[in-house]
Amino acid sequence: MAPKRSAREAASVLGTAAVKPTKASSFPKGSKTIAEPTTLTSLLGKLGQGYQRDTQQRIKLIDCFLAFLLIVGALQFLYCLLAGNYPFNAFLSGFSATVGQFVLTVSLRIQTNPENKAEFERISPERAFADYVFGSLILHFFCVNFIN
Amino acid sequence: MSESLAEPFLRGKTGENARGILRLVILCLIAAAAISSRLFSVIRFESIIHEFDPWFNFRATKYLVQNGFYNFWDWFDDRTWHPLGRVTGGTLYPGLMVTSGAIYHALRALTIPVDIRNICVLLAPAFSGLTAYAIYLFTNEVSTSPSAGLLAAIFMGVAPGYISRSVAGSYDNEAIAIFLLVFTFYLWIKALKLGSAFWGALCALSYGYMVSAWGGYLFITNLIPLHVFVLLCMGRFSPRLYVSYCTWYALGTLASMQIPFVGFLPIRSSEHMSALGMFGLIQLVGFVELVRAYVPSKQFAILLRGFVLTIFTLALGILILLTFTGVIAPWTGRFYSLWDTGYAKIHIPIIASVSEHQPTAWPSFFFDLSFLIWLFPAGVYLCFQKLGDEHVFLVVYSILASYFAGVMVRLMLTLTPVVCVTAALVLSKILDIYLTIYSPPEPHDQSVPTKVKEGTGNTTEPNSPGSFRPSRLPFIGIYTSFSKSLTVSFITAYLLLFILHCTWVTSNAYSSPSVVLASRMPDGSQHIIDDYREAYQWLRQNTPTNSKIMSWWDYGYQIGGMADRPTLVDNNTWNNTHIATVGKAMSSSEEVSYPIMRQHEVDYVLVVFGGLLGYSGDDINKFLWMVRIAEGIWPDEVKERNFFTSRGEYRVDDGATQTMKDSLMYKMSYYNYHAIFPAGQTQDRVRGVKMPDVGPTLHSLDEAFTSENWIIRIYKVKDLDNLGRDHASVAQFEKGVKKRSVKKRHQTILRSE
Repeated sequence: MAPKRSAREAASVLGTAAVKPTKASSFPKGSKTIAEPTTLTSLLGKLGQGYQRDTQQRIKLIDCFLAFLLIVGALQFLYCLLAGNYPFNAFLSGFSATVGQFVLTVSLRIQTNPENKAEFERISPERAFADYVFGSLILHFFCVNFIN
Repeated sequence: MSESLAEPFLRGKTGENARGILRLVILCLIAAAAISSRLFSVIRFESIIHEFDPWFNFRATKYLVQNGFYNFWDWFDDRTWHPLGRVTGGTLYPGLMVTSGAIYHALRALTIPVDIRNICVLLAPAFSGLTAYAIYLFTNEVSTSPSAGLLAAIFMGVAPGYISRSVAGSYDNEAIAIFLLVFTFYLWIKALKLGSAFWGALCALSYGYMVSAWGGYLFITNLIPLHVFVLLCMGRFSPRLYVSYCTWYALGTLASMQIPFVGFLPIRSSEHMSALGMFGLIQLVGFVELVRAYVPSKQFAILLRGFVLTIFTLALGILILLTFTGVIAPWTGRFYSLWDTGYAKIHIPIIASVSEHQPTAWPSFFFDLSFLIWLFPAGVYLCFQKLGDEHVFLVVYSILASYFAGVMVRLMLTLTPVVCVTAALVLSKILDIYLTIYSPPEPHDQSVPTKVKEGTGNTTEPNSPGSFRPSRLPFIGIYTSFSKSLTVSFITAYLLLFILHCTWVTSNAYSSPSVVLASRMPDGSQHIIDDYREAYQWLRQNTPTNSKIMSWWDYGYQIGGMADRPTLVDNNTWNNTHIATVGKAMSSSEEVSYPIMRQHEVDYVLVVFGGLLGYSGDDINKFLWMVRIAEGIWPDEVKERNFFTSRGEYRVDDGATQTMKDSLMYKMSYYNYHAIFPAGQTQDRVRGVKMPDVGPTLHSLDEAFTSENWIIRIYKVKDLDNLGRDHASVAQFEKGVKKRSVKKRHQTILRSE
């Protein structure tokens, strides 16, 4: 667990650090990683396991909200495809409200994630939440204005 | 290095405070210099609005102030584009008018009742002070040197490239747009460095304000995604990048769609697709980074990279497909002509006919930017040396902006900020090195070279103490105060020359209101030619309020603003066919143009003629553009070839072609012109030719007004003849020419027999 976490930190900082994680993770379970990722399903299962194990409760909550936003956005898009886009501004404001909220929430998730501490040394989680509220208020003001 | 700059003067605890005060005083002085160097035209002439476009902005601002915001928002203007009208609220960028309206009401609330005209005239100088401050902030984000920001601020404050569009009286969109451009960039860099959603949201708000102010917001919409793309390609994706870009895009796009003139364009047009595509790409990259954190496997990373590439190419393919099928609008002509520089000249003569849309010549770079232009590449080189995220932005910005400035004179304006910033980087670097008064002691003992190097700064090379070479090697660094003072004095001289150059250029080239023409008498005193306002005032006072004026589109805004009469076409060239109609009426013979004028209910026709005074921007010189634009719509009826002589010359004298002599524009310009000269000496001072002694005759128009120097001539369109004859025969009759008299007598004879 401990080497894995450090590897994740290194990977999230820069794309160039991609060589590191494989090395670090191959120490505890070297044979497994070579054998496993041949099939896609096992990969996904491993992904799910790792997610379940390593994610904080709060971030899981945020992810639930993200999934909800995704579903709402997809439903709106589907309805737009089926029923046509006649009040185009209404569709746009509804859809972009979900997209914008999604993006802002992802930003909050990134900023409050303790693994990204190095990147955001000057932004505390409370500050991140205040930023999130500020951004969301602006977003909803624009959306309400645009939907007429 | 930077700390040691002012150390000898400001030592101890008060140093910080004193520096702060010094900084504040310098910024205030820079703002004062920026404002006062723009006031030449107000002090020399008077406080009026200058060019053509600002007259419309001024008129719209007056409407806003008188009728309130909601009426302004859905204002249907029935006094322009006469039969059509213009939905003004939906076809302008309201930022400028709303800003000055807000200032107007704020000043009134403070019980300082200032006329709205004075606010409009002085808005650009006021905002240039703010621009200097914004560029100070921006440069401080880019550089760690304490002097770079201040240098950039003074450069931006007085650089002629920016002054040319922001002198007092030029109440144009650029007046506030450049401030917003620089400020948006500052907020973007700030958001990117901190990775803060708050600064990203502020950047989006500033961007929204910019969208409401100027059509040049497209530059930002394409520059920021390009910056992000370059960062991605350099392998510099970071969570900060994700947070700042996504916040900016999500909020900024929504903000830009609130402007009625922009509307759905951010979704539908090709100019905005780079931002959208980058938004999609950064989601993908962020997702991949996330997944990689959970499954640290090399093969998986490769798989995912393939996945990203597939989706990216797929999305690009869909985008191209949508563009070709027409769901996404292709590039507009104005934008496209920046890439294909020959496009406008062939297909859209109305874009090519504007003098600001020509390529830039070398001297104008030197003229507008003085010695900043040769510090500019050095500054870009410095950016390459440091190459933080914000330096990549500067590099991308400078490459893009210098290309655009090379294609179009007008876009010199967007180049100026980045030139000021990079030049300030270079100069502050030089000054930081050469202005350090403290110099380390000259090493007499060769055995301690490492101790020396610490003080001399970054010009020294790493040199290991154990090597044998240093006994002959010179110590790199600046030791003598002579070389320091020499370099610094040269730089100071250049800076002073820069100020001199800027003041000279501003005073001589950019501070002349085009409404009033100034010339010098032989004894050096100033002679002002005020024909424009004379004629417009005549129209305002001596014609019915609803009489329609036909003129070429250049003067549409001024007629609407100064004469307050409805016009047929104006500078907002949204309807090409209508302009071509006017062009056809001007370039055809009277028999053809009289019905056109009747159909459009034209009461007066206004032409600008500079032949008497040598004023070269007159309608005869613009005439070929009228012909070309008309020919684009009616190629059978108007032919450019017919206006040239058989040898391909464009002549107005005796050798002019018959089509030229018959055209309404020629007749209106030269009507009665020979009468003010002695016989045989009729002279056109612009074309420099001798005119024929017998001038043209007009039968469907009456000369209504000719200004003092014959610059503006106004003609009244005659009514239909009472007896139902056409005007040509009426003129023949009144001249006493008995037409068909022989035939009639013959007929009577026949009848009597």
